[in-house]
Amino acid sequence: MNSILFEIKEGLLISLRAIKANKIRSVLTTLGIVIGVFAVVVMSNAVRGIDKSFQEGVSSLGSDNLYIDKWAWFNSEIPWWEMRNRKNLTLEDFEKFKELARLPVAVAPSMWSTENVKYEDEIAQFTNVQGTTAEYIETTNLDFESGRFFTELESNASRNVAVIGSAIADVLFEEGQGVGYEIEIENKKFKVVGILSEQGSHVMGNFNPDNQVYITIGSMFKYFMSTHRRSLTINVRAGSSLEVADVKEEAIGVMRRVRGLKFNEINDFSINQQEGLLSEINSTVGVIQIAGFIITGLSLFVGAIGIMNIMFVSVKERTKEIGIRKAIGAKKRTILSQFIAESAIICLLGGMIGLFFSVLATLMIQNTDFPISLDFDAVILAVSISLIVGVFSGFAPAYKASTLDPVDALRYE
Amino acid sequence: MNIIRIEHIAKIYQVGSEEVHALRDVSLTIDKNEYVAIMGPSGSGKSTLMNILGCLDTPTKGLYDFKGINVSEMTDNELANIRNREIGFVFQTFNLLPRSNALHNVELPLIYSGVSSSDRKEKALEALEKVQLSDRVTHKPNELSGGQRQRVAIARALVTSPAIILADEPTGNLDTKTGEDIMALFNELHHQGNTIILVTHEEYIAEHANRIIRIRDGMIESDTEVRNRIIPKAHNVEN
Ligand SMILES: Nc1ncnc2c1ncn2[C@@H]1O[C@H](COP(=O)(O)OP(=O)(O)OP(=O)(O)O)[C@@H](O)[C@H]1O
Ligand SMILES: [Mg+2]
Repeated sequence: MNSILFEIKEGLLISLRAIKANKIRSVLTTLGIVIGVFAVVVMSNAVRGIDKSFQEGVSSLGSDNLYIDKWAWFNSEIPWWEMRNRKNLTLEDFEKFKELARLPVAVAPSMWSTENVKYEDEIAQFTNVQGTTAEYIETTNLDFESGRFFTELESNASRNVAVIGSAIADVLFEEGQGVGYEIEIENKKFKVVGILSEQGSHVMGNFNPDNQVYITIGSMFKYFMSTHRRSLTINVRAGSSLEVADVKEEAIGVMRRVRGLKFNEINDFSINQQEGLLSEINSTVGVIQIAGFIITGLSLFVGAIGIMNIMFVSVKERTKEIGIRKAIGAKKRTILSQFIAESAIICLLGGMIGLFFSVLATLMIQNTDFPISLDFDAVILAVSISLIVGVFSGFAPAYKASTLDPVDALRYE
Repeated sequence: MNIIRIEHIAKIYQVGSEEVHALRDVSLTIDKNEYVAIMGPSGSGKSTLMNILGCLDTPTKGLYDFKGINVSEMTDNELANIRNREIGFVFQTFNLLPRSNALHNVELPLIYSGVSSSDRKEKALEALEKVQLSDRVTHKPNELSGGQRQRVAIARALVTSPAIILADEPTGNLDTKTGEDIMALFNELHHQGNTIILVTHEEYIAEHANRIIRIRDGMIESDTEVRNRIIPKAHNVEN
């Protein structure tokens, strides 16, 4: 055991000596690995960032929510044309549902429209404006930067009040301002009563609360949407994820009554869940991940081939040295580990340089708001990848070196 | 007790369709503290024989006992151990590691035999002192003269206190004067009790030894005791 440690130590010292003696070549050799590790680490940071941003976005929706909709959000067994023929969900449907459903802790309708939102000279174009009721806030996990959600009184009276997502607030107002201001949505004046705190989801599109403006559903129908033109969504909160199944069960029964379905008719609505969204997101992230790792893996592979190539050249050049070492008693495995150690050290060096630049790049990308995340895993990733590449690409050249015939090697000029 | 015993050794190289008989049928024994010179025309098989004796190469046929152990049955690792501990090889072209200084070159065999770094340094310095190079330990080979390089190589061969020192034309790349110095060194090593086999083309160098083996066409032509050995000026011992 001791002698193995001793050999490893001496092998490392010999390798370091050789690397020092060939500084320029060693640096050039590492270039491929620098680039490879850089690509892999930046890629994995980006994938992790995107994933985190998705997950955060989804969890801001609440894990115990149901969304009753005309459409199924994700691939369902019901063909899309059948769903298209379903009757729209209306405000009356919602009101009946609310009256009949006993289990949910909160229910609220949602109706979307895309509008330009203005404050003085600032315009947030194509903003998702969502009409809903006061109870909506209880179906979410949203919290406030300042102000509040609109009250039941305001929502019942269809007052022109608005609650604004953080990204929209950034566009329209100075930092820390906005509550109490009057904004215009398509020339209709609305008073801002609350600004949400940043939810940090860059990728959720329509689902991203940061990019929403919430108004009362009454105003929505009054100004932006004739009552039956589009189907609304009923947001249902179960209260805890344990109760989701029961709430769903009840919701199906209640909705069938609301829609007046006979026992032999199939449901003309869909009940959507975050779970579906999560699995959709996971598979999307999975695809990004696989694509990313194929691309970066390729660059790493090219780097590894480079190392292998240079190690072969190095073995060839140092044939005489290998002969000398063997003649004075170096064993096969000593030579093997010497060259593998050399390749591993070179790769590790390259990996460290690559890591350094990838951290810089990640920090720069973070400044642009692209979801990218930096953590200690990157170090482990870089170290393990470069070691693995070093050992793998060093093995064949090292094996060749170790099996050289000492007499032939000594004769080599 | 003899250190080396070979019987009916042959070495055949296959060059294309042709067989080259570098050694045909060589048998000899070498005893402890012998000083043997091997002579013969170029291409007669001297180096081939030395490489086999030094466990760098394996014979095509024949038996080789080193200290009573059959070498042809040894594994690669055992051969490496023999080369490392029992044999000190000195080459015509020195074969030092060019980027390492004298001290590190001499330490190298000890690294492979697992000697700790402090013991290693002590032994290496001792060996360098024996070859009168104490003032050159940090010099790299290209900062040393030919004779000095060969002395570093001899120190490297000595450092493990091997059972036998094999030298293949150690003075071949040196001028006459420097060659004489190196021969004086071998003489001294012999008197300190070392066993030495040395290949040379020069009669006057061979006459330092107490036994001369002449080889021709891969066979031993003659094997004679030397009566009137040349005794280098610096060391006046028996005649
Ligand atoms: N690897 C090899 N392949 C083929 N033939 C070889 C090989 N090595 C040596 N020989 C042949 O074996 C013979 C003996 O070679 P060796 O090197 O032993 O001669 P030598 O006596 O040392 O000569 P010199 O005095 O010139 O060094 C030569 O004819 C040589 O051509
Ligand atoms: Mg020769």
